[in-house]
Amino acid sequence: MKRLMSGNAALGEAAILSGCTAYFGYPITPQNELTEHMAKRMGESGGVFIQSESEIAAINMVLGASAAGVRAMTSSSGPGMSLKQEGISYLVADELPAVIVDMARGGPGMGNISPSQSDYFQATRGGGHGDYKTIVLAPATVQELTEIVPLAFELADTYRNPVLILGDGMLGQMMEPVDFDALKRPPDVRKDYILDGARGRPARSIYSLIFDAKLQEEHNWKLQRKFQLIEQNEVRYETYLTDDAEMVVVAYGMGARIAKGAIKRLRNEGQKVGLVRPITLWPFPMKLLQDLSATVNDFFVFEMSAGQMVEDVLLALEGKGNVHFYGRPGGVIPMPVELYRIVSRHYYQAQAARGGN
Amino acid sequence: MARDSAGGATATKTVYKRPSLLKPAHFHYCPGCGHGIINRLLMEVIEEMGLAESAICVAPAGCGMLLYNYFEIDVIESAHGRGSAVATGIKRVLPQNLVFSYQGDGDLAAIGTAEGFHAANRGENITVIFVNNGVYGMTGGQMAPTTLLDQVTTTSPAGRCSNLAGHPVRICEVFAVLDGTAYLERVAVNKPSGVTKTKKAIRKAFQRQLDGAGFSLVEILSPCPTAWKMGTMEACAWVDDVMKKVFPLGVIKDTGGDCAAPAAPGAGAAEAADSEEG
Amino acid sequence: MQGRITIDGERCKACLFCIELCPRKSIQLSEELNSKGYFIAAFDGADDGETSCNGCGTCALMCPEVAIEVERV
Repeated sequence: MKRLMSGNAALGEAAILSGCTAYFGYPITPQNELTEHMAKRMGESGGVFIQSESEIAAINMVLGASAAGVRAMTSSSGPGMSLKQEGISYLVADELPAVIVDMARGGPGMGNISPSQSDYFQATRGGGHGDYKTIVLAPATVQELTEIVPLAFELADTYRNPVLILGDGMLGQMMEPVDFDALKRPPDVRKDYILDGARGRPARSIYSLIFDAKLQEEHNWKLQRKFQLIEQNEVRYETYLTDDAEMVVVAYGMGARIAKGAIKRLRNEGQKVGLVRPITLWPFPMKLLQDLSATVNDFFVFEMSAGQMVEDVLLALEGKGNVHFYGRPGGVIPMPVELYRIVSRHYYQAQAARGGN
Repeated sequence: MARDSAGGATATKTVYKRPSLLKPAHFHYCPGCGHGIINRLLMEVIEEMGLAESAICVAPAGCGMLLYNYFEIDVIESAHGRGSAVATGIKRVLPQNLVFSYQGDGDLAAIGTAEGFHAANRGENITVIFVNNGVYGMTGGQMAPTTLLDQVTTTSPAGRCSNLAGHPVRICEVFAVLDGTAYLERVAVNKPSGVTKTKKAIRKAFQRQLDGAGFSLVEILSPCPTAWKMGTMEACAWVDDVMKKVFPLGVIKDTGGDCAAPAAPGAGAAEAADSEEG
Repeated sequence: MQGRITIDGERCKACLFCIELCPRKSIQLSEELNSKGYFIAAFDGADDGETSCNGCGTCALMCPEVAIEVERV
């Protein structure tokens, strides 16, 4: 049954249906509808809700709840995500599952409350200290949240690692019809590391301090092996009209929706443009782009930022082909027609450079 | 404990034995440090109250950061200062367990003050063991929010000056104003009578938690001979002669009373699953 | 009532608490070094007999290393 919901509220509902029983969050626009939804629904469903005193407190409450064995979530936007970076580093080091939602807004600094995609580096490189990765999922529609959210909890439990859902203010606050009927609650995983009192078992401890550098190195390689597994198994993306494309736009989230609008116009004029929409920003669909570069010469990266994912595209292509870029930072949302004009110009220039074909 | 009537081999009575909840590892603390005494008291109380299978400890950054090497109970290491938030997350999800954080001057009175204050204000049903030795020990003896005026530390080489660095913070008194705090006591482990009182205070705080009374905190004045640059006995005397005057000992707040501890989320389901597994 | 204590010398860090606080002065700093490099506290009671220790347990109460066990005979 379809309901009209904001992305934020739908995300919250999907989390509860996925078995999330602990949510901690601090108000920050543009994700407050999520915090408010959890306040209401956690109360109804018997879960734990705390409006924490800060985003720092929230991520540490998540750490505690996760260590105690439950599916725990927090959410924020840019400035609050910066505060959470220390906690995220600790979650990875402790190998604890968690779901963290970023509804990105204009930045840097206080920025504004308009949607943007300028937290890509922070999300995929990790703004916290140490060698680590978090899985980053980038939904593009409110309906897609009903698949992304249970996936996030499942991946977090499976890999014992935090998972970031990277949205933006537009996805969070837009109202779209959403249907939860197909949402499957991820099955519970046996957690033999949790702290719930040493009843009938030896005492356990969870910590990340390892003084001996060689032992710390061992722990790091263990984590890296986990990340390699994730890279092998968990890449997700969508391709749109790439089979005959001479130019492929690479965009994610709301950027991909704007790009699709532009591509429809371009195709109407016979311009063979397609789209790669990464759904996992980490692990990034490196191989897909490498494979496409065998037949596609020009990749056009579009982001609502000054250019962050473009670096991953360059890395993936390893110098093959041409990489074009268009970005609007600061919370500006270009209309599809604007992107269409820019891509079109680059398309014809690229065509001319190839000798008219 | 009967004596053999012929006056031969006699039975002995154990007056004191190492608590079984202390792991065999040797403490890393400096000679004369109060942490060793406090660690021991915590395990004694938990053992005596039969809470070994329930207790979960949140360890800090600081000299107390290696508690998981010493305590035979579940222990989680927290980021510096965040112990009260981590303990909150655990206790909200496992309200039937005994959950306590162990925090020093930096952890609670500096970087973690917001988390401590708000856990206290929300009346989180946790216990904070707050070790006050007036300095940052682990990092080499820098000034702490609890450092006394004129006290020399590595970052107050001319002595703490209130113009530059403010006055020492009395956490118990600050938290006492919050309605969510149920039991706050300040004790000291610088002498035998203090150690006995400290054990009683810890026991009382844990009992308050079990009774669902709200936030409890035991502030323990503890000698740090190394950072204070004193001999061990001198450091103990200093707690009495100087520290106590700024940090008065005693019960700062005790609301008594209790209320039913809340059920964990989905608690009914967990019990049903347990009984299914038999 | 006689007391007897055992001190785990390897744990001892010569903090002097037990020595200074023993009301019967039954503990002294010995000339024996442990592997940490401390001169360890030693109980002056002979195995069999007389000692001024009355098993009050003050030493164990204050020992920061939990190195002392106390019995009454």
